[in-house]
Amino acid sequence: MAKDIRDSSIDPASQDMLDVCQRAGLETAWDRYEKQQPQCGFGELGLCCRNCNMGPCRIDPFGEGATKGVCGATADIIVARNLLRSIAAGAAAHSDHARDVAHTFREVVYGRAGSYSIKDRAKMERLMKEYGVQTDIALADSIMAEFGKQDGPIQFTRRAPAKRQQLWEKLGIEPRGIDREIVECMHRTHMGVDNDYVNLILHGLRTSLADGWGGSMIATELQDVLFGTPTPTFSEANLGVLEPNKVNVIVHGHEPLLSEMIVAAAADPEIVELAKKQGALGINVAGMCCTGNEVLMRHGVPVAGNFLQQELAVATGAVDAMVVDVQCVMPALGALAGCFHTLFISTSPKAKFPGAVHMEFHEETALQTARAIVLEAVKNYKNRNSARVHIPKEKSKCMVGFSVETIVGALGGTLDPLLSAIKSGAIRGIGAVVGCNNPKVVQDYGHINLVKELIRNNVLVVNTGCNAQACAKAGLLLPEAADMAGEGLKGVCKALGIPPVLHMGSCVDISRILVAAAAIANALGVDISDLPAAGAAPEWMSEKAVAIGAYVVGSGVFTVLGTVPAVLGSSAVVGLLTSGAKDVVGATFAVEPDPFKAAALMIDHIDSQRKKLGL
Amino acid sequence: MKKEVFVRLDRCMGCKSCEMACAVEHSYSKNLFAAVSERSGPIRRVYVETAEGQRIPLVCRHCEDAPCVAVCRTGAMNQDPATGIVDRNEENCVGCWMCAMVCPYGVIGRHTEVRKAVKCDRCKNLEVPACVAACPTGTLIFATQREFVEMMRKEAAVRLAREAKGLAKA
Repeated sequence: MAKDIRDSSIDPASQDMLDVCQRAGLETAWDRYEKQQPQCGFGELGLCCRNCNMGPCRIDPFGEGATKGVCGATADIIVARNLLRSIAAGAAAHSDHARDVAHTFREVVYGRAGSYSIKDRAKMERLMKEYGVQTDIALADSIMAEFGKQDGPIQFTRRAPAKRQQLWEKLGIEPRGIDREIVECMHRTHMGVDNDYVNLILHGLRTSLADGWGGSMIATELQDVLFGTPTPTFSEANLGVLEPNKVNVIVHGHEPLLSEMIVAAAADPEIVELAKKQGALGINVAGMCCTGNEVLMRHGVPVAGNFLQQELAVATGAVDAMVVDVQCVMPALGALAGCFHTLFISTSPKAKFPGAVHMEFHEETALQTARAIVLEAVKNYKNRNSARVHIPKEKSKCMVGFSVETIVGALGGTLDPLLSAIKSGAIRGIGAVVGCNNPKVVQDYGHINLVKELIRNNVLVVNTGCNAQACAKAGLLLPEAADMAGEGLKGVCKALGIPPVLHMGSCVDISRILVAAAAIANALGVDISDLPAAGAAPEWMSEKAVAIGAYVVGSGVFTVLGTVPAVLGSSAVVGLLTSGAKDVVGATFAVEPDPFKAAALMIDHIDSQRKKLGL
Repeated sequence: MKKEVFVRLDRCMGCKSCEMACAVEHSYSKNLFAAVSERSGPIRRVYVETAEGQRIPLVCRHCEDAPCVAVCRTGAMNQDPATGIVDRNEENCVGCWMCAMVCPYGVIGRHTEVRKAVKCDRCKNLEVPACVAACPTGTLIFATQREFVEMMRKEAAVRLAREAKGLAKA
């Protein structure tokens, strides 16, 4: 590794493991990132097009060479088309996840998925009311129909403030159906279809709204119905949650359908007994990425780390099974697991990996498959080479489980205390900080510094995904962290016994943030774009994050990106995203890699919003 | 022995990373994201051409007794006797293009706004020229002539050895 370990991550557990990897010659994403340097400038600027076989084409950003592709597409068209395809991929990932959950829910209400049951009946009944249906079967069918709808509306978009809905309608970006918008992205970006960058980006917003207020929101709501709406619970985070004397099973990926069953199977006394017969003290399930967030939020299952720690977890030599479903799973895990006794188990028919054992998961046989997987892990425990085990000591306590329902509950059943704290200025505003890790940023440096800076300035932070896990590891998700907050926010947190940073869940749970924003806007009688709120994704890397950024901005929230999106090749597209969008959807993007400057941008925005509201 | 930029012609994929890195290195900011919005766009000094179905990166050879230097009337084009680097003094250049006419490789470019010749300066401030550092396939190599031919010989030896083995088997 060329870089100093301290330039790779600020997390001491990661640093510890990177040192181990370096000495053992184990390759990680950081090494591969170095080997990719310098990365292609055309790609970085979004200026290459591979959409037809007259190409590939690329535009010379300095105007000396080609200024048009073979078809005549300019930099503006190519950049906008590429952006639209990213949004389509991100929206597809969230929404296809949602489809699996909706499918499971339907199987449950039809009585065909014995491993599952309805855990939050009250929420299901609220959803039935929202959909105007009388039975759970009708609800399941109605939700399933959202994917294939042709003319809308997607029911959950009705949760947005009326002003926002009217704006979407006026702009022609109200989503008509989840799959339809994604398909249309692929159509429009095909050779010779949509070649107007504004029209392309407007459709990007529409597609992203079908994700945020459609796919993602469906995933969140039905996961709550099936597995329970999260309530405050305490747990631990970081690689130190791995146990030296227990069978360690890591659940990694994004969908909780299987991991819920793994958690259940690992608690089965019969299997625990078997583990003990193998010489282990028990079975320890730990989470990684958003699958980790799902089981952390609902069961307090400890989280082993965020995105860039997946390889480091395997490198501890203490993982008996790394069980993955979909999204953000590095294909590098197979080769790495091959250097240890670790079983790398893939479970989704959609996601197979070199070097993985495939144990395919289906709803009808969910618990059986989960049991079989845990049993494999238990049997594998004896193959662990204790001489190669190195578990970092770091783990931090965290308080998690802040669904909208929980937050309202903590406030005493109404949003009023939060609103009055915002009005009085005790809480200056709300910062939503989300997103991935990316080796372009020192791991967690962007996340932690941005969040600390926000709370220090009395901005209440809500977060999800890898940011939430970074904050969990840094001890920011504890009521005691209120001491790091400014006086106003500190007072509110102490009074309510909550942390200044509220973990709202996985990346599909950013839909919870939308619901909360809509509720606050409705309570104040304004649009979301009027709120003293701002979003940020300091270390984003995935296409899902592009879709998220688009729906957050499309919903009216100013958003700061910490890594540069591949759009700088078109000054017109940049202009639209960073300033023109203000007059269209009432919000813009900004790009700021420095977390301190990013926090300043968010705080300035919050202050100007407060001023406009007369606060 | 002085290091030169060598080209392994069979390796070029035509990605133009060298061109872009060259332009960025010769921009004001030396940063891609900032360079794209600079008013007088930075200019590359290396060119990837295609001929006979092959991609050929062309970069100034910094020839000994360089013709561009020989024909320059104002002394703008000059060769450093110590390093052999052929460079152009912007102030003296009058844009007569004699250099461009005599350069056998066509690697003398023109400033975007003023009538001045622009050419490879071998990135004097860098340990490895930007184009070489940016090449993802090892087409461009910064080495002494001796190192380069030694590498070529080794590659040729491997090739011949493999062919000989293949022949033996057949």
